[in-house]
Amino acid sequence: MNETDRKLGPTILKAENISLAFGGVKALTDISFEVKEHEILAIIGPNGAGKSSMLNVINGVYHPNAGSVTYKGNVRQRMKPHEAATQGIARTFQNIALFKGMSVLDNIMTGRTLKMNAGFLAQCLYVGRARNEEIEHRKKVEEIIDFLQIQSIRKTPVGRLPYGLQKRVELGRALAAEPTLLLLDEPMAGMNIEEKEDMSRFILDVNDEFGTTIVLIEHDMGVVMDLSDRIVVLDYGKKIGDGTPSDIRNNKAVIDAYLGVSD
Amino acid sequence: MFYREAGQFKTSYKADQAVFPIFQDRVFVAIWLLIGFVVVPMLANEYVFRAIFIPVIIMALAAIGLNLLVGYCGQVSLGSGAFMAVGAYAAYNFMIRIPELNPLICFLLGGLSATVVGVIFGIPSLRIKGFYLAVATLALQFFTDWTFSRIDWFTNYTPSGSIAVQPVAVWGFIFDSPIRKYFLCLTVLLIFTIIAKNLVRGRIGRAWMATRDMDVAAEIIGIRPIYAKLSAFAVSSFFIGVAGALWAFVHLGSWEPLAFDINLSFSILFMVIIGGLGSIVGGMLGATFITLLPLFLNQLPIWLGINMSTAMVSHLEYMIFGALIIFFLAVEPLGLARIWQITKEKLRLWPFPH
Repeated sequence: MNETDRKLGPTILKAENISLAFGGVKALTDISFEVKEHEILAIIGPNGAGKSSMLNVINGVYHPNAGSVTYKGNVRQRMKPHEAATQGIARTFQNIALFKGMSVLDNIMTGRTLKMNAGFLAQCLYVGRARNEEIEHRKKVEEIIDFLQIQSIRKTPVGRLPYGLQKRVELGRALAAEPTLLLLDEPMAGMNIEEKEDMSRFILDVNDEFGTTIVLIEHDMGVVMDLSDRIVVLDYGKKIGDGTPSDIRNNKAVIDAYLGVSD
Repeated sequence: MFYREAGQFKTSYKADQAVFPIFQDRVFVAIWLLIGFVVVPMLANEYVFRAIFIPVIIMALAAIGLNLLVGYCGQVSLGSGAFMAVGAYAAYNFMIRIPELNPLICFLLGGLSATVVGVIFGIPSLRIKGFYLAVATLALQFFTDWTFSRIDWFTNYTPSGSIAVQPVAVWGFIFDSPIRKYFLCLTVLLIFTIIAKNLVRGRIGRAWMATRDMDVAAEIIGIRPIYAKLSAFAVSSFFIGVAGALWAFVHLGSWEPLAFDINLSFSILFMVIIGGLGSIVGGMLGATFITLLPLFLNQLPIWLGINMSTAMVSHLEYMIFGALIIFFLAVEPLGLARIWQITKEKLRLWPFPH
């Protein structure tokens, strides 16, 4: 279903000449790429290639030493993570970063924080907008719970859930913000084949139903080739490939650095 | 057998989001309110009010306040004694300088003054975490100790440095007898408990817990750490400040700066930890436990008929107290609230566990 039959919009995110160094260690060197609206872009590369750093630059956790990120036409050099959130960028983490003491429901509700605006006093008394807001957003959250098929665990503290479900809840939390750009950092790491299939379907559905643009990091080449419209390959902080899955599969530099040759 | 939610189906999100969605819990709380407002006043005598109920209630208020900060938002604070002092001295100053003000308003203004101090001393939390933050809040403790004993303006230039106040009078009604004081404190605790519960189940509460559990992820969702942390400091110190005003005006009646020293901060922190971090009922349980245990240990030799010197009793009291705290933390680190929760979960199956 990829490549031809999908309509891509204009460029939504553009990274230009991004360089990032921690002290003397260069994490990213002069990286440029574009993401089009409604696209699924995969970033691949060996460990330590700078993939996660790249995501961190996009949503403002790291500030690049050089270069700029253009998102929805706004150029920026420095931005705080919560500003990225207000602009519609959501993400999941490589090592699950859920709120362990809170229930699944509360975790996903937290994802809607930015959409809630009841005043402090109303919240103290749980009246008026504070109460209506809780109920109204609960409806949205339940839609996400239905979508991810996690109805039966909605009241369970996430710390007690198995790994695969935690990953799913984290996706749910990111979706709760109704993002335009979703960054997924290894959404399928450590999963068995069935869980991977489920997760892949969720990612495709999100992309399809909500029109969300997705940038994902993944190591499972089968998944990457199937899901993504385009692939960016990083190695030692440098971009060594950028193209459709079939281009990448035949790219000499990528084969040498990462994919290897099957015999 | 009696504690079952089977058959109680919620048909709206409103019903599901109620504080006590289970019918039996609602009955249980109603019974407690009945005990608090009707049964206890009928049975208790003056000594019991003065020595047990009033201090427990006021400390419960302080512990709930500190729990909002430590248990819900994850910011360790050793400054509760200081916030209580600010609440008490500020209320006192508002009262003597603007005599027309209603004392209850003065208590709230005392709480607000503690809020201001709390926000200022909460600023370090934006940079430092955990133990380091605890040390930073210790600074506040020493700062207020010094301020209220050295700057005479705060104590209205009383020569001894201690303050004595008249019983609180509101609209001609004087809270002078222990039972009246009890009702005043219980009502305040009830109102503040409801507010605390409303806050923690809403957006602000989730922002606090998110900051506690994973601050980076919270920020990426769009929760500004400065807002989450400082609001927790503000609300928490307001609660503790009001508790301080009540402690001074209703419980003590006359006090000196030493009444709000570091030991008080430690006791309130113990209450929160033993009661259960991140639990409203935990604050109440912890306050009850920490306040009553010394009284109980003190009386125990008399009940057992053992003849002991008072010095020996007080030494033993400290030792057993310390040992019990360690025992509790080792057996149930999540506190009394967790024990209560486990009991409820067991009760759902009782008496047929299979």
